[in-house]
Amino acid sequence: MDLKQLYQDIILEHGKSPRNFGKCKKHTHQAKGYNPLCGDQVEVYLKLNNEKKVEDLTFEGSGCAISIASTSIMTELVKGKSLKIAKKIVLDFLNMIKNTQEFNSEDLDEDQKTKIMSLSGVKQFPMRVKCATLAWHTFTSALEGKKEEVNTEALD
Amino acid sequence: MDINKVRSEFPIFSKKINGKPLVYLDNSNSSQKPINVLNSLDYFYKNEFSNIGRSIHSLAVNATNKFEETRMSVKNFINAKFKEEIIFTKNATESINLIATTFGQQNIKKGDEILITELEHHSNYVPWHYLRETKGAVIKFAPINDDGDIIIEDFKKLISSKTKIIAVTHLSNVTGTIVPIKEIVEIARKKNIPVLVDGCQSAPHLKIDVQDLDCDFYAISCHKVYGPTGVGILYAKKKWLERLPPYIGGGGMISEVKKDKVIYAALPEKYEAGTMPTAEVVAFNESIKFIQSIGFENIMKHEKELTNYAIDNLKKINSVKIIGNPKNRAGVISFIVKGVHPHDISTIVDEDGVAIRAGHHCCQILHERLNLSATARASIGVYNTKEDIDILCKAIENCRKVFGLK
Repeated sequence: MDLKQLYQDIILEHGKSPRNFGKCKKHTHQAKGYNPLCGDQVEVYLKLNNEKKVEDLTFEGSGCAISIASTSIMTELVKGKSLKIAKKIVLDFLNMIKNTQEFNSEDLDEDQKTKIMSLSGVKQFPMRVKCATLAWHTFTSALEGKKEEVNTEALD
Repeated sequence: MDINKVRSEFPIFSKKINGKPLVYLDNSNSSQKPINVLNSLDYFYKNEFSNIGRSIHSLAVNATNKFEETRMSVKNFINAKFKEEIIFTKNATESINLIATTFGQQNIKKGDEILITELEHHSNYVPWHYLRETKGAVIKFAPINDDGDIIIEDFKKLISSKTKIIAVTHLSNVTGTIVPIKEIVEIARKKNIPVLVDGCQSAPHLKIDVQDLDCDFYAISCHKVYGPTGVGILYAKKKWLERLPPYIGGGGMISEVKKDKVIYAALPEKYEAGTMPTAEVVAFNESIKFIQSIGFENIMKHEKELTNYAIDNLKKINSVKIIGNPKNRAGVISFIVKGVHPHDISTIVDEDGVAIRAGHHCCQILHERLNLSATARASIGVYNTKEDIDILCKAIENCRKVFGLK
């Protein structure tokens, strides 16, 4: 295990100064997520426009560096994408964290891929995987219009 | 007390964690096991294993005797009046569930009140919550002050004619508060209300005398008392165990079974249905012997000294805040570090071989009361040393470095 793999500069920087923090105006979807093991809480707000594009994506919440950074990076990468591509990015990310070594996505540029790959270090720290995935599950929940809070202990 | 000798009894301390010597400060969660406990498990399974109770062959008789020897040791360990007052369970959680279920079944009706405190572990709240769901009971939470002490005046005010039972921890697993159980029992006695004490955290660190405390029920998890997992203890006054209905039904807890009736066994078997964790109960006797070989006076002196040392040194670190400042405390120290989330602290100090816990420690009510979503917790055991605390403090400094804090 290597701490530097987990706490890469990108993560620390996003953890300290998260992007898209706050409640966005006129959001069309929102969902809450909770990780009862850490106490991490996140609320995701998203504005889907008539062209089915994620016009805005923001969040509020508190948590560890990994969870805040992961949420922040997610909002950066998904914002501005079409619904279809947004969903694909979420799937690709979860697949990368849970299964594969590589992040395969045709929808992001190299710089964006590097950002996402900075989160891959959590794979060496199984207890921290849920910190990284909470926001992404919550985003999906918001899209699906689910009322109940996402709870990492209830996910497989 | 010879700390080197104590440590040498724990094989795990010769192991390396992440290439570093283990600094085990997660004792509130569970304790490490001395060699005699491990040898006992091994010896029993290799040479003496049998189920207990019914069979009359030599192995069964011997196993039963050893099992009952532990019961006697536990009786003496907590100074119970009768050995029938010692019931073996799976853990303290099961002990509390046993009382909540059987007491609730017999004595709780809609609108009756159960008084607990804001300090309680989920295991001393959720079993009572079941009675709220099934019986319509009302749960009241005695408040604490910012130091983490129960406000006794408020506690008294929360007792009403409807209060049917009081359930309170002996030692908080977050703030380290030692709760004045005798005082609480005295208050309860005047109103004839039984008191259940969650002794999970206290049993390894304080000398317990259930007759002196005069509580009605006392719950212990043996794995926190340098013993094996899978064994818990319920102490209950005999009058209660005789009066309350049985909990789990099955073999071993009956005296006669007919098509139209079942007669239950006498105490303590009435509450010990099915095959018990025989080897583990037998091995727990060695845990008690281990503690007795050091003596509670020495344990308490050593741990008090270490607790003070830890608090003093943690306070010296820039931006560490210790949670609570109870009047009477033990070596459970929860803290936060400004700018570093407890989970990040736990992961980072783990690299230095330091095992602490991060989260709400199964005390969400208390964390909500303290306006915290999570804390880091270092909890001391008999084998810890000042060097352990020094390594912890250095590891916390390293967290600040990883996060680029000055």
